[in-house]
Amino acid sequence: MKRLIRLRVNGEPVETAVPPNRTLLEMLRDDLGLTGAKEGCGEGDCGACTVLLDGLPVSSCLVLALQAEGREVVTVEGLAREGQLDPLQQAFVEEGGVQCGFCTPGMLLAATSLLAANPDPSEQEIREAIAGNLCRCTGYQKIVESIRRAARRGP
Amino acid sequence: MYSVGHSEERKDGVAKVRGTARYVDDMTFPGMLHARTIRSTIACGEVLAVRHALEEQGFTVVTARDIPGENVIALIADDQPCLADGVVRHAEEPLLIVAHPQRAALWQARVDVEYHARAPLLDAERSSTIFKEVQIDKGDPGRGFAAADVVVEGEYRTSWQEQLYIEPNGVIAVPENGGVTIHGSLQCPYYVHAALCRVLGLAGGKVRVVQAVTGGGFGGKEEYPSMIAAHAALAALKSGRPVKLVYDRMEDMAATTKRHPAVVRHRTGVTWDGRITAMDIDVLMDAGAYTTLSPVVISRGALHATGPYRCDHVHVRGRAVMTNTPPNGAFRGFGAPQTEFAAEAHMDRIAERLAIDPLTLRERNAWRPGDTTATGQTLGADCSALDVLCEAALRTDFQGKWRRNRGSGRGIGLSLFFHGAGFTGAGEERLASRAALELTAFGARIHVSSTELGQGAHTVLPQIVAETLRVPYEYIEIAPVDTAGVPDSGPTVASRTSMIVGGILQRCAEEMRDRLGSLSPEEYLELHGPLVITKEYERPPGSVWDEEHYRGDAYGTYTFGCNVVELEVDPVTYEARPRRLTAVLDFGKALNPALAKGQIEGGSVQGLGYALLEEVVHKEGRMANNQLANYAIPTTLDVPPLDVVILETPYRHGPFGAKGLVEAPIDGPAPAVINALRNAGYDLRSLPATPEKIMEARCGST
Repeated sequence: MKRLIRLRVNGEPVETAVPPNRTLLEMLRDDLGLTGAKEGCGEGDCGACTVLLDGLPVSSCLVLALQAEGREVVTVEGLAREGQLDPLQQAFVEEGGVQCGFCTPGMLLAATSLLAANPDPSEQEIREAIAGNLCRCTGYQKIVESIRRAARRGP
Repeated sequence: MYSVGHSEERKDGVAKVRGTARYVDDMTFPGMLHARTIRSTIACGEVLAVRHALEEQGFTVVTARDIPGENVIALIADDQPCLADGVVRHAEEPLLIVAHPQRAALWQARVDVEYHARAPLLDAERSSTIFKEVQIDKGDPGRGFAAADVVVEGEYRTSWQEQLYIEPNGVIAVPENGGVTIHGSLQCPYYVHAALCRVLGLAGGKVRVVQAVTGGGFGGKEEYPSMIAAHAALAALKSGRPVKLVYDRMEDMAATTKRHPAVVRHRTGVTWDGRITAMDIDVLMDAGAYTTLSPVVISRGALHATGPYRCDHVHVRGRAVMTNTPPNGAFRGFGAPQTEFAAEAHMDRIAERLAIDPLTLRERNAWRPGDTTATGQTLGADCSALDVLCEAALRTDFQGKWRRNRGSGRGIGLSLFFHGAGFTGAGEERLASRAALELTAFGARIHVSSTELGQGAHTVLPQIVAETLRVPYEYIEIAPVDTAGVPDSGPTVASRTSMIVGGILQRCAEEMRDRLGSLSPEEYLELHGPLVITKEYERPPGSVWDEEHYRGDAYGTYTFGCNVVELEVDPVTYEARPRRLTAVLDFGKALNPALAKGQIEGGSVQGLGYALLEEVVHKEGRMANNQLANYAIPTTLDVPPLDVVILETPYRHGPFGAKGLVEAPIDGPAPAVINALRNAGYDLRSLPATPEKIMEARCGST
């Protein structure tokens, strides 16, 4: 039994029919072709599927698509403006915050939400904001430095 | 310098931050089926019957009887079946592959398997099936022990570690051109290619392997993708449709390879003034149910078992044995983290016995240029064990803190380590890797099978070529890794890519530069037409290896490192909290310093996880904690400040002096943590140092 829902994804209105058990992650990846959000565990442990729901980071594997009805979703594909990387994306590239890249979309969105609420976070605040996003490549140091660099530069 | 030594931006960075990089699960093909593996739920026994009605429900079902070639995953011993055929040797062993157009339908697939279960062998110390035994002999240990004032013995234990790349394993198999094409998350396309030809009974030209963007490997995507690709390919050939086989996290953790558990026993003769006179070392590794890469893992483990120390009389015995558990395999460090943990924990116990400090003992015994290893290899001018040791000790005020801390609940620990770069012994000659360089209008395009896994290979290799050709880094491209288009540059493992494949590319670029002379690439192409230069690995002159007796140059050279870990033990919860990790590494030349630091930071944190957090719990041969919620890896909040220092003592046979880098950083953190715990007053000899073990070390076992 599918149900029609309306929401905004990366600023664009979207209308799509989803079965009640479809997760937001499945809807984004399989129905809308937005494959930037990744599935690392499917259980809300790794943070690779992090997207913004009304500005707040959520594990999209634990959110039903129906719960996004009438709300605003931002995925990694929605960060760049007119083809230009946003300051966080730019800083991740420059600072070495990216290695294998699989955690990167989720990290970027968790960091986007942090900087929107707190434009000048301390190192500890950065670490707490991305504590739910696992990375196995970097040891996190360069990710923290990337977020600091973006914060210094401002939006 | 044009490019080498500069922190160039990685070539894949922009696509990865945009979310446009295509990992295997992001790809889809028309008519594609989704597949799932049905696995054994018992560790040992026979399959009496398999009952299902899946074909009637629209599933494609693949069994061992559908294998057109040999039922084997070709690697070293060829003992591992692609699908179990009647006999089960470990839990999670693949029995059937089922495929369906709807991914969700896979979880409704009901298969009843009737077994005759047998008692599994789960304890490596009771196993009599030896997959590989190695012995290293130097001098006369009897004489060495006779010259000792003190003999120190110890037993050290390590457990499994999961690679835990954030992207789970996966492939898509597409039937085409009378054969099959694999798109996959993998490290070694030509390993997959060779394995598929055997299973499918196809000629090489009918099998094509293309690497998708890969979300981390750490060794975990070295050999196992051959299995997954074979399963997907069989389903694709049977159904005639593309088949996607992507593991979920629980399956990936339960079924795929891990770091080998090890028991290492040391008996060491020393004089009162701290000179090592004899070493007798026994290494036992639990290989799991099949040989996989264990012969090479035990070999590397044994070759690193002495630590980077002088000793004229050495005996090392290493064995990898069979148990009825999922096969263990490649993981960053490849046997060395286990044996170097033992060597370095043992060094601190020797220091304690002699009542000297850990730094002085190491200073006295660390290798210098001209010293010989256990295999008799003479160390070159790039042997910098003492340099990394002194730098790390000075930087951290090691001796001062070590004296002040004793018994305080705070601890500081040190580890000195080394890592052989490239394949062991004659391995690189056997591989005979090839790389090609094609002239383009502005620069060149690299053709190699070396894969980008996040470590930066596809950035650093272009830097080597740019530097040699004296053109900007931006003008060097790298071709997609596709066995239909690139030569076999060997597997992307063993810290070999920059040093070995980079070295071949440097020679290609030198010849290209000579051929160009004063012409620009554009002018050359106009005058002479296309130019592709292909070269093969050449052994450094004078290097010799005797495989039978384990004598000679076990590796081209060694990377050296020293870690210092400072930690506190919570007196209530017994958690060890690292406060700082210092890593001093000398790998000849940092071709890209930012990427190199990223490798050291990442490897060090993976090593901290190994030391403190990561524990695989087995129940009757199956992993019981195969979820990220209960197999904990470090988060941002578990990681202390990391102080990384790079020293550059050039290796004369490496490109621009470079040696292997990416594995070495994981060798040191675990022993440094255990030694810091000893300094804090806790005597631990096994990994991981969980709060339970630390409490037992203080309060005794209950």
